[in-house]
Amino acid sequence: MPSKSPAQPGERASWILKISAIAALLFLHIPMWLIFLYSFTTEESAYSFPPPGLTLKWIPQAIATPAMQDALFLTLKVAALATITALILGTLAAAAVYRYEFFGKEAISFMLVLPLALPGIVTGIAMRSAIGLMTIPFSFWTIVIGHATFCVVVVYNNVLARFRRTGGTMVEASMDLGANSFQTFLHIILPNMASALLAGAILAFSLSFDEVIVTTFTAGNQQTLPIWIFSQMLKPRNRPITNVTAMLVVLITAIPILIAQRIVASSHDTEGNK
Amino acid sequence: MKESAILFKNVSRVFSVRHNDIAGTVKAVDGISLDIRDGEFFSLLGPSGSGKTTSLRMIAGFDRPTSGSILLYGQDVSNLPPYERDVNTVFQDYALFPHMTVGENVAYGLMIKKVSKAERQKKADEMLDLVRLPGFADRKPAQLSGGQRQRVALARALINHPKVLLLDEPLGALDLKLRQQMQVELKSIQQRVGITFIFVTHDQEEALTMSDRIAVFNLGKIEQVGTPAEVYEHPATTFVASFVGTSNLVSGEVAKRITGSDTRFSIRPEKIRLGSMSDKIDADMVSADGVVRDVVYIGLFTRYLIELEGGGDLVVVEQNLNTTSMDVMKAKSQKVRLIWKKEHVRHVEG
Repeated sequence: MPSKSPAQPGERASWILKISAIAALLFLHIPMWLIFLYSFTTEESAYSFPPPGLTLKWIPQAIATPAMQDALFLTLKVAALATITALILGTLAAAAVYRYEFFGKEAISFMLVLPLALPGIVTGIAMRSAIGLMTIPFSFWTIVIGHATFCVVVVYNNVLARFRRTGGTMVEASMDLGANSFQTFLHIILPNMASALLAGAILAFSLSFDEVIVTTFTAGNQQTLPIWIFSQMLKPRNRPITNVTAMLVVLITAIPILIAQRIVASSHDTEGNK
Repeated sequence: MKESAILFKNVSRVFSVRHNDIAGTVKAVDGISLDIRDGEFFSLLGPSGSGKTTSLRMIAGFDRPTSGSILLYGQDVSNLPPYERDVNTVFQDYALFPHMTVGENVAYGLMIKKVSKAERQKKADEMLDLVRLPGFADRKPAQLSGGQRQRVALARALINHPKVLLLDEPLGALDLKLRQQMQVELKSIQQRVGITFIFVTHDQEEALTMSDRIAVFNLGKIEQVGTPAEVYEHPATTFVASFVGTSNLVSGEVAKRITGSDTRFSIRPEKIRLGSMSDKIDADMVSADGVVRDVVYIGLFTRYLIELEGGGDLVVVEQNLNTTSMDVMKAKSQKVRLIWKKEHVRHVEG
């Protein structure tokens, strides 16, 4: 007799479950669609529903705004550098935790993951006072360091999970067949790690790109894009320009996350080597 | 006598362990010496934790002896890394590379040696033919069954024509039918390629079927080295007698009543004849009387548990030549006389 399980294909969900699922999705997504909608409205400040008319004129205006351009490039630079830092440190940490037994391993593993779980405000305050105590000027670099603290975590988690799945005998098999450490790294470890590294990097980039709280505490007079958008919200005019920028942010962060999910999902096919 | 393929000279491997903050050491391999000859199919047999796998890993180079030395055809390899030894391994979990095709997996050793691509493909196809997987080169390991992965692992390990091939319980994950088929096939492949095979297993039947010689491991030491017949018929120690096949071990008063000496001895269940109380005993025979306590009919043979008069139990196995399951059940609770030849009594140490 077939056992009854909630994941049976073809089995119908109850209508209460369906309605609640749809309601929850709408609740999450309607505000975002409204922003998209009002990126095209003809009104300049106060909004009315439905929009009196639609126009594309805000898009070139938003892109041409110098403050917005500066903020966008700063944010991209910060995200790229934080991601590179995270890739290096996260991979090394994961390799150490996976391969070696050492004193305080569990504690270090916990401390590495903590910044992601900790409220941003705590990380922010801690970083600000630490950087202040060391009399390091708040700058572009302090933002990068602030972002790297939580970007390291996603790379670390992804890579560690992959190490655990890949297992140790593959490395031994490669060496057994005549490959030295470098050849083994090149032909076996790297190809097996590549998708985990890419997925980790994309997630780290997205996290850094829209970060507000830690940035507020670690920035000097720099304005990253999310902070620029936030400051624009206080101004009644040029609302549609802000909306266009917000739409841009959604696209820049959502597309990489979709790609990352694809990569992780497709790499399952080839790794079922058990 | 043929030259030595692998020679263990007083090899030990000590691991330091920590458990609940108490540091200690474990002697996984405890001063063993062993001579494996060229072209042999040699099995390292023992329960888990007996040191057989550690010994294999030291031959492969994944582990190094704490003391003593290992010689590969006369060359001391004790401290060489795995990639500088002319030895290849078939791993228990196969350890195929999931991102490569079957063909690329098999040709990996040649790619590392910088053999040309055409040559590599030709050799890989030959190896896949040898393990009876022709035409599988373009598949991914994930698309193969357990038995097929096993063959790929074998082809990959053989392509470099190593001096010695190591097999770490390679049949452990296969079902019984496939396992028996692979046992025969492994043996025939070994005879065709003429390479020394060192085979680690905890399955005594597997070791007896396939090996030219067997080393029986227990607690980091070797209890006995010999041909399957020697190990089975003349177990050197109590451990060997009980680990390899089923054995009846008799000692003390009961042993004295049967053989006249209280030294411990072993007798194989199939060497004992189940006779009636009126049977005569010849001069070269010994006997013991008892009552049948249990009868288990297993189709090919029947197993009887006999409670001896002087105390203790003996297991007796008889082939079902003329008997059916109905007949053998009648034996239960009957008084019987067990008779066997004196020469089958093995006095054992320990």
